[in-house]
Amino acid sequence: MLDLTYDAPAPKVIAGATGDWELVIGLEVHAQVSSRAKLFSGASTLFGAEPNSNVAFVDAGMPGMLPVINEECVAQAVRTGLGLKAEINLVSAFDRKNYFYPDLPQGYQISQLYHPIVGEGEVLVELGNGTARVVRIERIHLEQDAGKSIHDMDPTMSFVDLNRTGVALMEIVSRPDIRGPEEAAAYVGKLRQIMKYLGTCDGNMQNGNLRADVNVSVCRPGDYEKYQETQDFSHLGTRCEIKNMNSMRFIQAAIEVEARRQIAIIEDGGAVVQETRLYDADKNETRSMRSKEEAHDYRYFPCPDLLPLEIEQAWVDDIAANLGTLPDDLKGRFISDYGLSDYDASVLTAEQENAVYFEGVVAKSGDGKLAANWVINELFGRLKKDETEITDCPISPDQLGGVVALIKAGDISGKIAKDLFEIVYTEGGDPAEIVEARGMKQVTDTAAIEAEVDKVIAENPAQVEKAKENPKLAGWFVGQVMKATGGKANPAAVNQIIAKKLGG
Amino acid sequence: MSIDTETARKVAKLARIRVEDDALPVLANEFNAILGFIEQLNEVDVDGVEPMTSVTPMRLKRREDVVTDGDQQGAVLTNAPDAREGFFAVPKVVE
Repeated sequence: MLDLTYDAPAPKVIAGATGDWELVIGLEVHAQVSSRAKLFSGASTLFGAEPNSNVAFVDAGMPGMLPVINEECVAQAVRTGLGLKAEINLVSAFDRKNYFYPDLPQGYQISQLYHPIVGEGEVLVELGNGTARVVRIERIHLEQDAGKSIHDMDPTMSFVDLNRTGVALMEIVSRPDIRGPEEAAAYVGKLRQIMKYLGTCDGNMQNGNLRADVNVSVCRPGDYEKYQETQDFSHLGTRCEIKNMNSMRFIQAAIEVEARRQIAIIEDGGAVVQETRLYDADKNETRSMRSKEEAHDYRYFPCPDLLPLEIEQAWVDDIAANLGTLPDDLKGRFISDYGLSDYDASVLTAEQENAVYFEGVVAKSGDGKLAANWVINELFGRLKKDETEITDCPISPDQLGGVVALIKAGDISGKIAKDLFEIVYTEGGDPAEIVEARGMKQVTDTAAIEAEVDKVIAENPAQVEKAKENPKLAGWFVGQVMKATGGKANPAAVNQIIAKKLGG
Repeated sequence: MSIDTETARKVAKLARIRVEDDALPVLANEFNAILGFIEQLNEVDVDGVEPMTSVTPMRLKRREDVVTDGDQQGAVLTNAPDAREGFFAVPKVVE
C-alpha cells in the first residue's frame, strides 16, 4: 500500500480577553449495530415499525426473562474494532448500569464498563491540504439502546415506544485528541465511513443510528503538549459533556458555543463545573441537564444474568480475513494503481458505492485517470443536477466505461463524448453502437481530413496569404474544418495537416 | 465502611423505594451487617485466583441473528397502568 504521510493540523484557537485559548475534545460515539435481531432478544431491530411491536418480554423488562446474546452483534463489534486497528479482547464481560427512566424498563442498561470487547485503536482523520489527525480510540463496548419517549403527543403525558429498547449499540470512546469543531465532525464522518464500509452500522444520523456525546474543555497554548507528554489530565481544563447530538452541524456549533461559554467563565474569574449539558440548536446554547446530575450514581455491578463473553482467536482471525477493504486502503490503492490525486481518490472512496462504480468504469475502459475525471466531473455533476443518488444512477458503470473507452481509443472527441454521455444517460443504449449508428465517430482518416483542409484552403485564398505571414491564424482554419466535419475530425490530426499545408 | 442514615436514604431514593424516616436507622444497620460480612470476605487472599463466574463449566449461550420474537403489542402493554395508541403513557418527563 502507498505510504500516505500527513502533517498534524493546527489546533483551533479562540482569542479571549486575556489571551489565546485552545480546545481539547473527546467523543463518545454511539453507533447502532447493523443486525436483524436485538442484542439480547429475538425481537426485530427494524426502524419505523408500529410502536411496541418489536418488543420481546426481555426488552420489556418482564420478571424472570433472561438475556441471550446475539452472536452477530458480537461479530459486528469485533469487525468495527479490527477496522479501527484496535486490540480485540477475547474475554469481556457485561455490567449493569442502574438508573430509572421510562424508556428503560429493566431499570438498568446492560453495558461493558470494566471489560469492554474492544481495547485501544486509532483512526486517521484527513482534514484536507495534506493534514490529518490521528485520533486514539480508548475502547469500544457493546450495550443496549434505550427506548424512545415522545413528548409532543399529549400536553400532560409522555408516550413511550420500546421498539429501540435492547437494540445493540457500540459505544466508541476516543481519547481527547481532537482539537477543533471541524476535526470533531471529520472524526465522526470517518468513523461513519469505516463502519459503512464494514457494514457494521448504517450511519444514518437522522434516525439516530449514529449519535455523539462530546467532551469539551479549554486550555492555554502549550498546556495540551504537557498533557501529551505526561498523559496527566491536570494540565487540561475541566470538561463538560454535551449529550446526544445527531448532526455534524450541531456537533460543530455546540463545541464552538460551549468553548466560548467556558472561556467567558474562566476569564470572569469563575471555574467551570464538570457536568452534563444539552445543546439547544434553536437558541445556539448549551444548558445544564440538572436532572441527570442526581441520577449519576449508576451503581455499576457485573450483570449476574450473563457469563463473561469468551471468544476464540481463530474466530477473530476468520472475521479479520473476511473484513473487506477499508477506505484508507482503497484510497491508497486508487492512488498507486491509477495515479489519482489524493483529492480524487478521497472523493471516489468517500462512499463505497462510488468506489465500486468507479472500478466498474475502469474495468470497462482500462484508463483510471480518464475514468476518475468522467465519474467525478461529468457523472457526479449530472447526478447532483438531478438530485439522484449513485445507487439510482441511470447510466451503468459498463455504459460510462464504454464512453471512456471510445475517448481513449480516439474514436470520439471530448466534445462529442459529452453529447454521447447525455444520450446514454437519458436514452440508454450501448455507447459504441450509438456512435456507429449516429455517425459520431471521430474522423482520423488523414485522406478525408486532407480533402476538407484542401477545400477550406481553396475557398479562402485571402486567409491563406495572411496565415502564411502570421502562423497564429492557422486556428481559424482548424475551426473551419471542425465545423465542416461536424466536430468529428480528430483535432490533433487537423492541426498537423493544416500546419503542413500552410507552411508548405 | 459505615452506612449512616443519610446514605441509606440516598440508596433508597436511587432504587425508587419509599422508606419512612423512622425505618432508615434499621436499614442502615442491616447494610452495615452485610458490608461487615463482605469486609470479612475481603480478608481472604485471592491473588492469582480467577473469579469464578459459574459453578458448572459453561460458556455464555449465544443466539443466532434471527427475528424470533415480538409482534405482540397487546401483550406487552397489558400490565401498563396507561397505554394509548400503542404507546405506554406516563406522566410527562422532559429535560
